[in-house]
Amino acid sequence: MSFDSFQDFLAMGKHGAYVWSAYGISLAVVALNIAMPILAKRRYLQDEARRLRREKKS
Amino acid sequence: MNWTWFHKLGSPKWFYEISGRWLPWLAVAAGVLMVVGLVWGLAFAPPERYQGDSYRIIYIHVPAAFLAQACYITMALAGAVSLIWKMKLADVALQQAAPIGAWLCFIALVTGAIWGKPTWGTYWVWDARLTSMLILLFLYFGVIALGQAISNRDSSAKACAVLALVGAVNIPIIQKSVEWWNTLHQPATFKITGKASMSAEMWLPLLISVLGFYCFFVVVLLLRMRLEVLKRESRSSWAKAEVIRQVEARS
Repeated sequence: MSFDSFQDFLAMGKHGAYVWSAYGISLAVVALNIAMPILAKRRYLQDEARRLRREKKS
Repeated sequence: MNWTWFHKLGSPKWFYEISGRWLPWLAVAAGVLMVVGLVWGLAFAPPERYQGDSYRIIYIHVPAAFLAQACYITMALAGAVSLIWKMKLADVALQQAAPIGAWLCFIALVTGAIWGKPTWGTYWVWDARLTSMLILLFLYFGVIALGQAISNRDSSAKACAVLALVGAVNIPIIQKSVEWWNTLHQPATFKITGKASMSAEMWLPLLISVLGFYCFFVVVLLLRMRLEVLKRESRSSWAKAEVIRQVEARS
């Protein structure tokens, strides 16, 4: 461990705001990139399910 | 030479099956490598002599910048395949990779700006490396816009492939920019030949983080490509069967 305490870890030697904002933004973008195709697929399957139900009725 | 594997690769059904088998393993690898690399870099790597702890931004900045360029090279290669062999799967790869590359480029630029403030005293300078990375972001926007603007699939494949190939000239410019011009940006941390410019305690977590970002890129690319293949092939019997299977599994 490179830090003595958890406070030191958060402070990042005066540069805490820079380090944590950079990591925060990046992790948000990474999460967004994983979520987008998964949500798009769910939407597509919902649309297809609706279409299949309609076709069965008629 | 036997080329059947190459033609198989162009088959959407074959791609859908094989990528479905690889995806869980790649996702696990991406998660493990990214967590290990980033936690190691944030908490366990030693502080840098001059920059102190602000240098820890390197563990996301360098992997994101590296992958932003690797993604563009992938797109240029896919563009060549799509132009020469008219392989539809190559066009799917090209157009689905563009938004991921744009986001990776965005991460590289934003983390670079944040890192620049404590290190150079400014968020942005019109330096050769920074400017050429910004051009890369605009090239990604160009491919995305072009793909969306042209509704005819064959024309859009051709236009995007040409743009991806022409834009590839920017990649060596990005890589050589720190040598050709006097820039604020430091030279490459990783070199294929010669000694690394960092101690092993610092570059080992960086290497792991780069590998993690690589796996992350492949996972997101496969997720996007699989959905696009399913949509484009929606008239074929295998895709219909697959959609019905997944709809029934959900209900």
